[in-house]
Amino acid sequence: MSQTITIDGKEIPFSEGQTIMDAAIAADIYIPHLCHNPDYTPHGSCKLCTVKVNGRNCSACTFPATEGQEIQNQSDELEKDRKRITQMLFVEGNHFCPSCEKTGNCQLQGVAYYLDMHDNHFPHFFANREVDSSHPEILIDHNRCIFCNLCVRASQEKDHKNVFAISGRGINKRLIINSISGQLKDSDIAIDDCAAHICPTGAILIKRTGYQVPIGERIYDKQKIDAVALAKENKDHG
Amino acid sequence: MADKFKVATTSLAGCFGCHMSFLDIDERMIELAKHVEFDRSPITDIEHCSPCDIGLIEGGVCNSENVHVLREFRKNCKILVAVGACAINGGLPAMRNHIPLEECLNESYIDGIGVENGQIPNDPELPLLLDKVHPIHEIVKVDYYLPGCPPSADVFWAFLSDLIAGKEPSLPYDLVHFD
Repeated sequence: MSQTITIDGKEIPFSEGQTIMDAAIAADIYIPHLCHNPDYTPHGSCKLCTVKVNGRNCSACTFPATEGQEIQNQSDELEKDRKRITQMLFVEGNHFCPSCEKTGNCQLQGVAYYLDMHDNHFPHFFANREVDSSHPEILIDHNRCIFCNLCVRASQEKDHKNVFAISGRGINKRLIINSISGQLKDSDIAIDDCAAHICPTGAILIKRTGYQVPIGERIYDKQKIDAVALAKENKDHG
Repeated sequence: MADKFKVATTSLAGCFGCHMSFLDIDERMIELAKHVEFDRSPITDIEHCSPCDIGLIEGGVCNSENVHVLREFRKNCKILVAVGACAINGGLPAMRNHIPLEECLNESYIDGIGVENGQIPNDPELPLLLDKVHPIHEIVKVDYYLPGCPPSADVFWAFLSDLIAGKEPSLPYDLVHFD
């Protein structure tokens, strides 16, 4: 007998070992997320995928689906929480969309648009972050890093290289690069690595490719992130 | 007409791009003028705000004069609107925020390429720069935000049309852009 969970009143099947996020994606239900990518081990750090499981807040990307769970994904409260989380991500870094090559293709922006976020609500940190342009083909702009850990996971799990890590805690948290100089040019990264292409924001960019598609004709200019994410994640894993 | 909406506009640390985009509503300006009259604005050259219904603020806050103007708008406008990326998050001017102000001034007026006999401007009529550029919601309460660099003419039109019609303003997905 197949097992089921209920998301916003809709009964959906799941198989043993699936998380709530896995089951939701397979059933074409979008739960907002940034640090999650079905190709990699779930990390559970961005908290955007927070859902209520039997009345308690859980991260859908890490929480195992179990028989009979009642899950709330869409509610005013969860939408407001998600908007506040996204606003915190915006004020923690320096996200100046008009000057970013990734604008329109940026998942952080895509989620903000999806949540109808018009402002950043909180005072800005204006944190002092560096740009590492040492590598001939790949640029790192730490101003835009949201510590989702995807480049860390991609480098370890797919590229088998271990180029990135997150160091420090809280306000001192930062992305570090595994090389003697600490610069990208002295690391093992190559342009074809998954880690060079996985960044959901404009923190890791391939040089000289940023404006191949004009602003206004990019992914989230035309489509909401729920449709984009489900189409991609279902194609790869459905 | 006594029942027209009074609208004031200003550009603080902005580039006037948002005002130019507002003017891009083109012939819809004629329709707008039936419902709206402009108070303090670069469009009218009125220098100080009188009590208004709507204040549109372009640009962030980078100097002492910006603070005074913003407070004058907040005091006089029932609805205060942050227009564009700079008003909302400081925008491109705020990219100086991680550089000490003295270094910025030295680069522009003392050490910059082609500067001869440089000196940092110090006329009492010049407003003093703040050490950081701030979004306007860090200084006054803001009622609505129109994102974009600049917000398109359709954003201005949709927003003002809603307000004039007495509706709660909302923007459809395709009008929300941060770039």
